[in-house]
Amino acid sequence: MPYVPHSPEEIREMLDVIGVNSVEDLFAEIPTELRPKSFDLPKGKSEMAVLEMLEKMASRNTTNLTSFLGAGFYDHFIPTAVDALSSRSEFYTAYTPYQPESSQGTLQAIFEYQTAMARLMGMQYSNASVYDGGSALYEATLMAVRKTRRRKIIVSESLNPIYRVMLNSYTSNLNIELVTVPHNHGCTNVKSITAAIDNETAAIIVQNPNFFGSVNDFTDLFATVHEHKAVAIMSTYPVMQSVLKTPGQMGADIAVADGQSIGQPLSFGGPYLGIMTCSKALIRQMPGRMAGRTEDEDGKTGYVLTLQAREQHIRRQKATSNICSNQALCALRTLIHLCLLGEEGLRRTATLSAERAHYAVERLTAIDGVELFTKGPFGNEFALTLPVNAFEVIDKLTERGIIPGFPLGRYFDGMENGLLVACTEKTTEEQIGIFAEILRGAI
Amino acid sequence: MIPQELLYAKSHEWLKVDGENGTIGISHFAQEQLGDLTFVELPQVGDSFAAGDEFGSIESVKAASEIYAPVDFEVIAINEALEDAPEKVNEDPYGDGWMVKVKITGPTDALLDAAAYEKVTEEEDH
Repeated sequence: MPYVPHSPEEIREMLDVIGVNSVEDLFAEIPTELRPKSFDLPKGKSEMAVLEMLEKMASRNTTNLTSFLGAGFYDHFIPTAVDALSSRSEFYTAYTPYQPESSQGTLQAIFEYQTAMARLMGMQYSNASVYDGGSALYEATLMAVRKTRRRKIIVSESLNPIYRVMLNSYTSNLNIELVTVPHNHGCTNVKSITAAIDNETAAIIVQNPNFFGSVNDFTDLFATVHEHKAVAIMSTYPVMQSVLKTPGQMGADIAVADGQSIGQPLSFGGPYLGIMTCSKALIRQMPGRMAGRTEDEDGKTGYVLTLQAREQHIRRQKATSNICSNQALCALRTLIHLCLLGEEGLRRTATLSAERAHYAVERLTAIDGVELFTKGPFGNEFALTLPVNAFEVIDKLTERGIIPGFPLGRYFDGMENGLLVACTEKTTEEQIGIFAEILRGAI
Repeated sequence: MIPQELLYAKSHEWLKVDGENGTIGISHFAQEQLGDLTFVELPQVGDSFAAGDEFGSIESVKAASEIYAPVDFEVIAINEALEDAPEKVNEDPYGDGWMVKVKITGPTDALLDAAAYEKVTEEEDH
């Protein structure tokens, strides 16, 4: 049987009640040029054929590689309890928590997650999460545009290029001007960004550690942003916030991150979660769900979704965003992971990852012709300039069981020899040693 | 609770005319219908609106409503106290709960006097 919920008769009946002649008429409001020309879907297959196809695809994956790949997503260790607890059916199959009386567990989990995220970022508020780090950044951009009623967004080129491409694509049909400020040898060009800020600027977007792994303190930059009544947006890597000056300490207005690195496996690119935190002044511009803690008439603690007038079910077309869901299960995993590690454990994770990366720099730059591209402090990730094309090196080393890193030439012109290398607490000194020897042989 | 000296819009805003300037808020009836307010969103000084435009919004615990311009106006001041104390609108809608002070830039003929507005509220109550 086909999994189609409505028979032609039922569709007819619904159309009659609404008073339109056809499904086509129902969507007449949407201009034809905005509609998809085709969904380009192949014909249906049997369950057996689908399974066979998927198994064939899955068998092409190589699963036992040593990876030095980061570029925004990191292979950290996930305690087994994260899987065990997050797969409890109360959470795993929970329904949208809009009826607080039947969703106290889910709501409390969201509330605790928000508390943890706000503390991690040093910010005042967090929402319940959005789809991923990229959508969080886009929503932050719109928050700034609404708040300032300005249209110019200054973007640092050292922001993850995946996010820059995404911002371009998301804002292409909006009246928003993105101004990109070039990086300076892998460092965030604070001087040029400062010079670009004017009274037309809605927001600046910077990243710490930046895409090349460099660590910055943006306190003075954010002060300039505030002098111009603009909004300071910072994209971050959550694990590193345990050892770095937080966005809140620097004076950021909005701090966003992808929560993948705390509790989510890399898993081929998702599902992850977008962390969004902000200052009190921007709370009503925040998209999506937010859980709050309150008391019932007997003085008992209870949890509810709060400030709902921002959301679609109350504000309709004037809602702050069309995001009305959150990545509840991923957010729960992040919360459980954080609780298991604790403050000290997360700091240890970040420190170990950074120590391994510094050892890797020592070993890799000892090879003739291999140089560190970025100057200044870095955490667990760094950019190298190789004496040969990085794409070719990646191909060669992958065949030997090592993914050496991310090819910078994919997003940066003239950086075909650039390689972005990341370590985590899972990276061993032995793996680094083997990597260095194989790399030496490959160039 | 319908002061005689004010003008009213059908959408429940009041206007106090003072020469070419005025003060705008929402009526006692409107705040009663909305219940406890949790937030008032106001425009910025310098913004201009035509009669009937939405110039702000009010949120109560479970609803959000728009506030409409009773006349053409330009904003010269906003009641910043409402940012932290939106309940002032519930407590004193014609006094401390005022929303914007404006320069009136259009005719006020279309607005209702107290007696006509009272009829509007009676009809809505039934």
